[in-house]
Amino acid sequence: MGKITLRNVTKKFGEVAVIPSLDLDIEDGEFVVFVGPSGCGKSTLLRLIAGLEDTTDGHILIDGMDATHVPPAKRKLAMVFQSYALYPHMTVRKNIAFPLKMAGMDAALAEKKVEAAAKVLNLTAYLDRRPGQLSGGQRQRVAIGRAIVREPKAFLFDEPLSNLDAALRGNMRLEITELHQSLKTTMIYVTHDQVEAMTMADKIVVLQAGHIEQVGTPLELYNHPANVFVAGFIGSPRMNLIGGVDAAALGATTIGVRPEHIDIGLSGGKWNGHVTVAERLGSDTFLHVAVEGIGPMTVRAGGSVLASSGDAISLTPQADKIHRFGPDGKAL
Amino acid sequence: MARAVSTRRKLGFTVAAWTVALLLFFPILWTFLTSFKTEAVAVAQPPQWLFFDWTFENYVAVQEQRNYFSFFLNSVIIAVGSTALGLLVAIPAAWSMAFVPGAKTKDLLMWMLSTKMMPAVAVLVPIYLIFIRLGLLDTRIGLVIVLMLINLPIIVWMLYTYFREIPGEILEAARMDGATLRSEILYVLTPMAVPGIASTVLLNIILAWNEAFWTITLTTVSAAPLTKFISSFSSPQGLFYAKLSAASVMAIAPILIMGWFSQKQLVRGLTFGAVK
Amino acid sequence: MSTEASRTAARWMLSPAVILLLIWMIVPLALTLWFSFQRYNLLYPDRAGFVWFQNYTSFVASPAFWSAIVNTLILVGGVLVITVIGGILIALLIDQPIWGQGYVRIMVIAPFFIMPPVAALIWKNMLMNPSNGLFANAFAAMGMQPYDFLGQSPLLSIVIIVAWQWLPFATLILLTALQSLSSEQLEAAEMDGAPAIKRFWYIMLPHLARAITVVVLIQTIFLLGILVEILVTTNGGPGSQSTTLTFLVYKEAILDSDVGTAAAGGVVAVILANIVAIFLMRAIGKNLDA
Repeated sequence: MGKITLRNVTKKFGEVAVIPSLDLDIEDGEFVVFVGPSGCGKSTLLRLIAGLEDTTDGHILIDGMDATHVPPAKRKLAMVFQSYALYPHMTVRKNIAFPLKMAGMDAALAEKKVEAAAKVLNLTAYLDRRPGQLSGGQRQRVAIGRAIVREPKAFLFDEPLSNLDAALRGNMRLEITELHQSLKTTMIYVTHDQVEAMTMADKIVVLQAGHIEQVGTPLELYNHPANVFVAGFIGSPRMNLIGGVDAAALGATTIGVRPEHIDIGLSGGKWNGHVTVAERLGSDTFLHVAVEGIGPMTVRAGGSVLASSGDAISLTPQADKIHRFGPDGKAL
Repeated sequence: MARAVSTRRKLGFTVAAWTVALLLFFPILWTFLTSFKTEAVAVAQPPQWLFFDWTFENYVAVQEQRNYFSFFLNSVIIAVGSTALGLLVAIPAAWSMAFVPGAKTKDLLMWMLSTKMMPAVAVLVPIYLIFIRLGLLDTRIGLVIVLMLINLPIIVWMLYTYFREIPGEILEAARMDGATLRSEILYVLTPMAVPGIASTVLLNIILAWNEAFWTITLTTVSAAPLTKFISSFSSPQGLFYAKLSAASVMAIAPILIMGWFSQKQLVRGLTFGAVK
Repeated sequence: MSTEASRTAARWMLSPAVILLLIWMIVPLALTLWFSFQRYNLLYPDRAGFVWFQNYTSFVASPAFWSAIVNTLILVGGVLVITVIGGILIALLIDQPIWGQGYVRIMVIAPFFIMPPVAALIWKNMLMNPSNGLFANAFAAMGMQPYDFLGQSPLLSIVIIVAWQWLPFATLILLTALQSLSSEQLEAAEMDGAPAIKRFWYIMLPHLARAITVVVLIQTIFLLGILVEILVTTNGGPGSQSTTLTFLVYKEAILDSDVGTAAAGGVVAVILANIVAIFLMRAIGKNLDA
């Protein structure tokens, strides 16, 4: 129904290979998140799947059929753009109905579908307004409504939450996840925010410079990062990465330990130093520590910990939570 | 500036500005007033300003004696016709340059603009001879074609700048929604570009209406627009100031009104964007 | 976005405009070039044949040519000086806080929308006419002899008429540029103790430099081709005192039916226009990607 396969997909802009040969399998009904830093090619990849850009080489298969040279209108995919891309001169009703009109659907039937989609997304009260009269969250729902109504094989989301404020983002994240659970359609979601990736995905694809660094479930990526890049990218605050003598002592070029896997004490730990900044969130405290011989590290402690700037502190990593990486950056 | 300016300064500037403005506007004002005078009053010494017997006789005479309306109609047909034809050619061209730009797009645009800089007089003879050969001399269609060609660069340029202000993502969304190219242009692009298209139409009608070189050299009688009609007053017989004024007022009124609404478009269209 | 499909579509959509303009450019110019190498007079069709550059040499060598060049320079130069300086001053004035700014703008802009024959005839008959014109009346009221503007200073009179028509254009452009100057720059200068004249000279004028360049170049292109104003007022005369290069070519072509010479003159005009166009294209090109 919504199985997408990428084989050897390559994209060059002039001489620059933004995506040098990529393979990926997306199963029907999966919620896949493409995540990575700016410029890693995740949006480009999404647009290649959508058909808004031509591949330089390789094949894109949708449900087993080669869609590489099929125009976007015919791929039966729906895209929700970062800026929502609503038609400003049409009412919400007409916006959502537009794809049905393009497909030549009978007007009465189309109207029914529009009303159904509006109901699911709580837009019924706004059907006769124009996008200019809506808030950011409402506009986004209209964009999603326009996508749903087409009953596509897969939904493509291009950083849909970046334009919303933090509170709204949290709500919309839930709504999109719930939408996926009810529709069970394949969803491909692009974001640079690893929190969105972790909370929403069935499967995460971590990209850097057009390469897939790792593909896996959120917990797989968290517990078993395949290389230094993924280790440092997933998890907030960032994993502490240490090289030099301490790494060599464990037979690795780099070792990493997450802030939440370090125990603290006043003395007697493996690493000693003093607190530079203590960030108190109430639920947790993040201590930034200057460790002798190593440098800055971050530790997560309980909300009631009273250490503050200047205090001496001693850190001990939990032995089974230390990740080891070889000279090529890959996990050992 | 958000500062309060002394009322005296403001008054001073206002007087100066209004003086300059009235001086510049004066010939037009004078013409307007003269159009309502009899010929005798028009050349009376000392000149009559406001207090004379206003009459419409000149407006009537210009139509009765010289069939003013047919020239007016020609101007309308030529201006509207060349604009419509220009739009037909320019909208697709501007679409492709705005939404599918290539490496050569900028050069192409510059080249188009450069065709407007060719001195008309240099090609007068070939065009004249070609028109005779094709039977286009003194025809409205001939003028529509020529005026379309000389204004095409400006129409393309203006539409291009307006199209560029439309977010490309909206057109992509239309494509994802299953729209063919025709549907995309018809249902999404054009409605969004209506203000820009309207501005372009306005400016172009003004330019075509006022175009005097080709409309005078390529017409004699049947296709002659107002430009030719007015220039025939250049070697007059007898008293004619009042009639000239009436004819002038009717010739310039539509354009003055349109022009006052199109100042911004003027800057955009005629400086090719070099000044913002 | 650019896919193969959209690029192909774009090429098709561009072609009508490109083809039409290509034909419009090439065919007439090629014919003009062709004619310029021949002796071809519509009144004497039997005296035909190729004379190559003779038309050019005789045209350029004729006294009419050089006086036409001088007249052209005077016309273009005169109008430029009046419109640029006047434009700056008027733009500065309109930019000040005044009452009724909208109306002032409307009145100042108006002359640009008057079609050239109307503008020329208004000035010729109602203002400048030595018997019935307003200027004559004014002179008489002051006890002076009325001045025959178009008879005695034809070129200067035409400069006045054309400058009147183009002043609004320059003003509008310069006003737009002026209003894009951030007031903060000027306020900073004022805090630094700069008097109004210095603020104008060191901040406003450089900011306007670009707009002034554009105004000069665009107006030059259009001014070089001025014909109707001359045709309708002085017909190039008296004698050839108000004959510009453009009018000279027109005269040869239409009045003397001397196609060959007119064509040669036309080519000369094209070369001159191209020189200006090169500079204009550079000024515009810098801004096209904005």
